[in-house]
Amino acid sequence: MVSAAADPLASRARLALLLLLAPAAVWLVGLIVLPHVELAVLSLRARVAPRVYEWSLAQYRTFVDEPLYWRTFVRTATMSILATACTLLIAFPVAWYIAKIAHGRAKSLLFVLCLIPFWVSETVRTLGWMILLRESGVLPHLLVALGITAEPVEMLYHDATILVGLVYTSMLFMVVPLVSTLESLDDSLIEAAYDLGGNGWSILRQIVVPHAAPGIAAGSIVVFMLTLGNYLTPTLLGGKNSLWFTEQIYTQFITRFNWEQGAAFGFLLLILSTAIVWAGLKVTGQRFGDVMRRS
Amino acid sequence: MIPSLPRSGIQRCATAGWVGAFFVFLFVPLVIVAVFAFNDANYPAPPWRGFTLDWFVGSGAKGRTGLFADAPLMKSIATSVLVAFWVTLLSVAVGTANAFLLERARFRGKAAISLMMLAPLVIPGVILGISILAFASRLAQFADDLWGLDLDFLRPGLPLVVAGQFSYIVSIATLTIAARLKRFDTTLEEAAFNLGASRAAALRTVTLPYLKPALIGAAAISFLMSFENFNTTLMLVGSDPPLTIMMYGRMREGASPVLNAVSLFLMVASAVIALALLRRER
Repeated sequence: MVSAAADPLASRARLALLLLLAPAAVWLVGLIVLPHVELAVLSLRARVAPRVYEWSLAQYRTFVDEPLYWRTFVRTATMSILATACTLLIAFPVAWYIAKIAHGRAKSLLFVLCLIPFWVSETVRTLGWMILLRESGVLPHLLVALGITAEPVEMLYHDATILVGLVYTSMLFMVVPLVSTLESLDDSLIEAAYDLGGNGWSILRQIVVPHAAPGIAAGSIVVFMLTLGNYLTPTLLGGKNSLWFTEQIYTQFITRFNWEQGAAFGFLLLILSTAIVWAGLKVTGQRFGDVMRRS
Repeated sequence: MIPSLPRSGIQRCATAGWVGAFFVFLFVPLVIVAVFAFNDANYPAPPWRGFTLDWFVGSGAKGRTGLFADAPLMKSIATSVLVAFWVTLLSVAVGTANAFLLERARFRGKAAISLMMLAPLVIPGVILGISILAFASRLAQFADDLWGLDLDFLRPGLPLVVAGQFSYIVSIATLTIAARLKRFDTTLEEAAFNLGASRAAALRTVTLPYLKPALIGAAAISFLMSFENFNTTLMLVGSDPPLTIMMYGRMREGASPVLNAVSLFLMVASAVIALALLRRER
């Protein structure tokens, strides 16, 4: 009796499981795994004749041989690291203020104020910076009016401009994890350290930063990934001098229709992004799943 | 450092000053965009020449086509809304299934699948875009060679845009819904079974109402993220550009204050959605 009834129940449970698994499987396999396999295959191909392809590392060789490509790559990586560091330094005091010093309604108000700029699209934010900084824009006009410069100065199309734009865009993703880890720091620990003779700097170094390390790691990883993969801000704020690697990918893929080359570049970007994220996680001893859930 | 410890006046001023400067930095670009939407000039640049609503309702009289009269721009807004609708629908549906999979089901390889679900969040949007473009093209080629079928939806266009945005937005939806499902007290469901409910009825009357705040939250987040997505969409877009792509194209040619008007419209719309969401959580 029991075994006859158990079978249909078990198979129904199995059917239910398969039904639940199906959407996830279609999504993961069809939209993530197979497309990346396709990208890998494309990157290992070279065109020898119309519609004739053969396996080759030519695309990667071009990357190594042509100085423009790998210089752009290195430049993108270093500016992303710089942008991440700047975002961390700027966001930390603000996160501290929101988590520790502000109370009650002021605290939630400040937190919501941090979120608002990120509800609008990146195009809007970049438009704002363009109007502010370009030669006919607000800031140069202001500087002339205040007598600091003689004529309007072109503030766009510099590296510093790109950096400002990137830091601006990433701010939310640094503030939120920082606020959430700093909030969990017990005030009495700081008070105890103070009583034991610590001053601001030593408390920061020995108590606050180690406690906030998960938040710092989560924020830094997310910000780094976002700046590395950013296309809009470097292109619009940096102009033709921007030399950002995602722009190279776009050029190869869409403008020149050189999909093999674009795929190789895409993979290189992906490998770099994954490598630095992995290294960051290893160095701070975090686990990937925890970091993602936290942000 | 904290209010319960003595802080010098300088420290207080410096902290408050830094935070104040930070919020100025955060809001200045947005305020500028909003202000110049009303400037009576042909370019979004100073000096201020007077207040006008031309950039919203202008009919093209003084060479100024306002937002509501600009047909391509309005069409791109409609395209964005359509894409966002589909992405939201799919993300919440699949996200709910994934949440149940992660929280309720037990099977081999569950840990691996759960990590893989987080992978799209670390892949740059551009890469998601080009990979789906390449794969869709391969599938289209395959269908053409094998069966002579010309599958239009596999070419750059709105279906691919929806697929590209969906591929990572569903991860976010899954995380949101799974977080709520995790805190569900399963004894409530068991009580329903004891009282004679079938599985489906228990799900419908007990679990799903509990999940409703998370479902609405996930829907709002998915909608907003889809609406403002740029990188992935850029690679997959065909001839119907969504709003972000259209704005980008116009910004490169030379910004006109119509873009400021659109931006202000976007800001107000996002603020309304997000504030409604926040109020719900109270």
